[in-house]
Amino acid sequence: MTSELDIFVGNTTLIDEDVYRLWLDGYSVGDAVALRVRSGILEQTGATAAVLQSDTMDHYRTFHMLERLLHAPPKLLHQLIYQIPPSRQALLIERYYAFDEAFVREVLGKKLSKGTKKDLDDISTKTGITLKSCRRQFDNFKRVFKVVEEMRGSLVDNVQQHFLLSDRLARDYAAIVFFANNRFETGKKKLQYLSFGDFAFCAELMIQNWTLGAVDSQVDDMDMDLDKEFLQDLKELKVLVADKDLLDLHKSLVCTALRGKLGVFSEMEANFKNLSRGLVNVATKLTHNKDVRDLFVDLVEKAPGPLGPLHGHPPWLPPAPLS
Amino acid sequence: MPGKLKVKIVAGRHLPVMDRASDLTDAFVEVKFGNTTFKTDVYPKSLNPQWNSEWFKFEVDDEDLQDEPLQITVLDHDTYSANDAIGKVYIDIDPLLYSEAATVISGWFPIYDTIHGIRGEINVVVKVDLFNDLNRFRQSSCGVKFFCTTSIPKCYRAVIIHGFVEELVVNEDPEYQWIDRIRTPRASNEARQRLISLMSGELQRKIGLKVLEMRGNAVVGYLQCFDLEGESGLVVRAIGTACTLDKLSSPAAFLPACNSPSKEMKEIPFNEDPNPNTHSSGPSTPLKNQTYSFSPSKSYSRQSSSSDTDLSLTPKTAPYPQGPRIYLCPSSPSLSCGSLHLKKSCLLLSESSLPPHHSSLVSPVLRKSVSFSEELFLAASGMGSGSAGKEGGPFKALLRQQTQSALEQRGGSPHRFCRRREFPFFTLTAFPPGFLVHVGGVVSARSVKLLDRIHNPDEPETRDAWWAEIRQEIKSHAKALGCHAVVGYSESTSICEEVCILSASGTAAVLNPRFLQDGTVEGCLEQRLEENLPAGCGFCHIPYDELNMPFPAHLTYCYNCRKQKVPDVLFTTIDLPTDATVIGKGCLIQARLCRLKKKAQAEANATAISNLLPFMEYEVHTQLMNKLKLKGMNALFGLRIQITVGENMLMGLASATGVYLAALPTPGGIQIAGKTPNDGSYEQHISHMQKKINDTIAKNKELYEINPPEISEEIIGSPIPEPRQRSRLLRSQSESSDEVTELDLSHGKKDAFVLEIDDTDAMEDVHSLLTDVPPPSGFYSCNTEIMPGINNWTSEIQMFTSVRVIRLSSLNLTNHALNKNFNDLCENLLKSLYFKLRSMIPCCLCHVNFTVSLPEDELIQVTVTAVAITFDKNQALQTTKAHVEKSLQRASTDNEELLQFPLELCSDSLPSHPFPPAKAVTVEKTSPMGEGNFRNRSAAPCANSTVGVVKMTPLSFIPGAKITKYLGIINMFFIRETTSLREEGGVSGFLHAFIAEVFAMVRAHVAALGGNAVVSYIMKQCVFMENPNKNQAQCLINVSGDAVVFARESELEVVSTQQPAANCQPACTGGEVTT
Repeated sequence: MTSELDIFVGNTTLIDEDVYRLWLDGYSVGDAVALRVRSGILEQTGATAAVLQSDTMDHYRTFHMLERLLHAPPKLLHQLIYQIPPSRQALLIERYYAFDEAFVREVLGKKLSKGTKKDLDDISTKTGITLKSCRRQFDNFKRVFKVVEEMRGSLVDNVQQHFLLSDRLARDYAAIVFFANNRFETGKKKLQYLSFGDFAFCAELMIQNWTLGAVDSQVDDMDMDLDKEFLQDLKELKVLVADKDLLDLHKSLVCTALRGKLGVFSEMEANFKNLSRGLVNVATKLTHNKDVRDLFVDLVEKAPGPLGPLHGHPPWLPPAPLS
Repeated sequence: MPGKLKVKIVAGRHLPVMDRASDLTDAFVEVKFGNTTFKTDVYPKSLNPQWNSEWFKFEVDDEDLQDEPLQITVLDHDTYSANDAIGKVYIDIDPLLYSEAATVISGWFPIYDTIHGIRGEINVVVKVDLFNDLNRFRQSSCGVKFFCTTSIPKCYRAVIIHGFVEELVVNEDPEYQWIDRIRTPRASNEARQRLISLMSGELQRKIGLKVLEMRGNAVVGYLQCFDLEGESGLVVRAIGTACTLDKLSSPAAFLPACNSPSKEMKEIPFNEDPNPNTHSSGPSTPLKNQTYSFSPSKSYSRQSSSSDTDLSLTPKTAPYPQGPRIYLCPSSPSLSCGSLHLKKSCLLLSESSLPPHHSSLVSPVLRKSVSFSEELFLAASGMGSGSAGKEGGPFKALLRQQTQSALEQRGGSPHRFCRRREFPFFTLTAFPPGFLVHVGGVVSARSVKLLDRIHNPDEPETRDAWWAEIRQEIKSHAKALGCHAVVGYSESTSICEEVCILSASGTAAVLNPRFLQDGTVEGCLEQRLEENLPAGCGFCHIPYDELNMPFPAHLTYCYNCRKQKVPDVLFTTIDLPTDATVIGKGCLIQARLCRLKKKAQAEANATAISNLLPFMEYEVHTQLMNKLKLKGMNALFGLRIQITVGENMLMGLASATGVYLAALPTPGGIQIAGKTPNDGSYEQHISHMQKKINDTIAKNKELYEINPPEISEEIIGSPIPEPRQRSRLLRSQSESSDEVTELDLSHGKKDAFVLEIDDTDAMEDVHSLLTDVPPPSGFYSCNTEIMPGINNWTSEIQMFTSVRVIRLSSLNLTNHALNKNFNDLCENLLKSLYFKLRSMIPCCLCHVNFTVSLPEDELIQVTVTAVAITFDKNQALQTTKAHVEKSLQRASTDNEELLQFPLELCSDSLPSHPFPPAKAVTVEKTSPMGEGNFRNRSAAPCANSTVGVVKMTPLSFIPGAKITKYLGIINMFFIRETTSLREEGGVSGFLHAFIAEVFAMVRAHVAALGGNAVVSYIMKQCVFMENPNKNQAQCLINVSGDAVVFARESELEVVSTQQPAANCQPACTGGEVTT
């Protein structure tokens, strides 16, 4: 007796969160069943392995059919085929677009092209994330990138509007898209100690302050590209190093602003001159594309001075949440 | 020119890309009705076109309005080549034709293509202007409401329940026409969809005409089925119960002007007719020129059936038919007769009466005839009616005689028979309180037919005659049980190649006859008699004469009232009456059976099948009985036995809900008897088994909370027998008291309930009994509307369909292996359901409906549709009593005013009596109507808040909510085909997507009608065919239900507190929900 066909269709589409997670993580049906068995579900429910197999298959099929709609989340909301409560729809979308920290660190700032996609094998081996899951995450990045690439207006808003993500996830995607667009180098060994959160924080500040959209808030400007004029203007910062008065003034202003807000305040104050010089040196070079890409490498190399290695956290980032 | 149909195409969205070059589509729409077609402009280069068309107007006959679907085709414009079709939408405009239903159809419809599935959506607005048509000879029946619900719909009141209506239409199946060889699969599928849509429209119209003829205004329990007979054609048939309904929430009957806000021009004279019953009454009125064409000489082997007809109609003149095969001794436990009656029909009565060995199974090949069994049962009923006085009271007897004599007169001239008067059948399964007086038991009939080509589609006489035979048989079975009506009636077919099994089943019942004698002295007496019966057990009392029972049964005095006799077990096809007193909870009970059959052709095949049928019926029945006893219960409701025929096997699947009725005696245990008592180890084994069975019974009693109150010892013996009682092993444990044994003596020795283990097969049977695993804790299941013992439903519901197909290994298939496979299939399916729905615990699977089909040699397909409803564990107990009291109270008040249905027999027998004063009724109902109207108005805005979600349920109600409006019937038929099966995820992926699409299309239609739920939803057909080698598959699905608007009870609470008399709705049978 073999089962040729085995389906379950509910008027309200059943979504099992655990199975969804397994599916997103790229496990095959067989692996997923094994993992579920290990979770002790059989004992809890008194079900048999065959039941579990059938259930898993069914959910996988449903997810597979929903995947097409998840590629354009507004479609999921308007489609008539699957009746899914709004809260579940949000969950489906949010989880589908969620990504692994380990994975995003590997591709952050890389061009989202076929070439990178070919490297996913290596990334999978390196991170222990299944290739299937890597592909999904990569395709998500690429899809979001493609959609918002040419769009005007706020990057975060665009992502949110077209992919119906939560605020937090939309911000992360904005950062990913921003990094991919500007091809910032993040993969160097020196940068390994930085988390995606660190970069996302930078991206947000840069989008707010360094892009075309930030400089003059006209609607038809874009958040994706750095403002060339602004970068040009950064050359002027040399005076902060050259002129002693300005240096002192800068120092006192910065210290006033940061007093009590920084764990490493005293070190920063003591090393201000070095730090400032490093930062200004990085800033004045940003007119070249190559140097823009290496922005973070340069920052870590030149700016932290004695601070970075000491505390594992560069001063141009907010206090590490854990320290 | 009685109608104007107006259609507007607004917009499309999510269209597929039709032009690869631009990744866009140049879409336009064709709107077709009848032979007229309109087109919109092309909306270039968009996947979300905004046509915003003008109103396309079709001026058509209302006959066409009923028959034709509106056909909307979305196409991609192509300058150089033919336009490509994107897909179609068929809209049934029937709901716009009755005054109280929807006024406009407006919304997004999925665009459906039979090859690609759903491809985007289209927004359409449809309206109908109807003109009054006073032509009495018209062919249309606009205005007759149709309901799939098998009870009186919630916001209506039954003024009259007229009775059975049936019709069938036949046609050639386009799939088998010569042209099919040259046209594309898409064209063929579409031709088929369109034809079936047309045919069901026509069928509905014809049924509507019959209803109008009977002076009714609605069909309740409407069941329409397709028989895909392959080469020989396509049959669409429908049955239903004609009623005159009155809307509770609108005073339409009285003040037509002030209620319907959306008048337009669609009022139709009949609906407005305030008192349809005042002038309808005389039986002669409906006797139009439509005579019943039952001429015995028409075709083959009709002889027997026609003679049966005559006999059944004249039982008093021929109480003992002279047939040589008839032998009936009322006191004998077994119906020993050599006739075929066991082959084709089976009375599933209150006791397992079929003798294990038939005395002489002479089996003349009767492939195309109805069985002879009627004669036998007639004899019984003839005698029964002769001496009916003893049990039912003298007036019942009188009544019966009157009806019969009336029938006799009619029987003398069968040609004057009006068709509708012929069968006192009701497709309803739940009734207004007081309607059902007694229940006799299940009656069923089957007949094996050879299909031949339908030569003239306009004269579907052969099929008509087949069904007439079966119905006649059912009718006479009911008579044999002393019943004059059949309720919970349904019909079905199973077709394999050219062999077809027709089945019909129902529950023989005595319905409230009070209105027969309305106004007369007898009537008053009768009424008093009725009222003396305590409610809650009356329907269990036997309707037949205890001295002349048509089958052996153990009767005892009712455990509730102690006045009337009840059988020890009761099987019915209806829902549990609301006023029935039940102990504990119910559970789903299934009997499953397979029988191998040799492959054969035509007649030989039909013969083989007819030879197997009685054995299957018998075994299914035994299994049911065993399982029922194992559960410690004594009654089955909602029994549905399906026999499916395949190339090389027959499958039987019976589902029912077991309950413990307080009025019936405690069921006895199951006894095991060994054939070789000398073998010690064997003996030990037997006693071990016995112990296991006893344990299971005890466990089940605990599980289902069956703790009947202790009744004085005089009545019940020990529930589980001592092993020592060997001498009485062949006895059921419904051992009776002294007073009862007295009566039992008159029946001679009783047949008993024992499992004899004389070979390994029997041993396996016992094992399989014990392998049925109860649902996990927190789960209950039943196949009726409501679960007995649970009434505190919460609002969460989940309707689902699950399909499984297994392939049997073809090597040495034995009956036994087959049974095991089938049993495992069903059990695993149930287990999967429990697992999938575990998040809803505590919950109950209601209306679990299994369908078995055998699509190919080694394939078994099981389709299940059911609804899971959560309930509140904490309130489980307290409300039960209040609920019963409430319904009792309701029953008593309702009886006064509501029940005025003429039964066929009633009006025939007393033609001079007009119907009860209708004026009084209309006066009385003003108050509930006023209230209803109020409620309706306030509910409307609430419904709007839940737009978007459309609930679907096979039940007639929505827990925690009140149905405020019925919008019309949904009856849809879809075909889906693929030539890229693998790419679509194999058979599972294909069917999963298709069923999801069907749900989506049903929901979209309901939403467009302005509704937010489908009740009484049923998937009537799911025919799946695959050819994996060719990478192809095809599936046909037919679904139906009632589109409704509901409002949450919490939202209505304000209203109901203001109107404390909220429970005056008569039809809240199962739906009364406490939240």
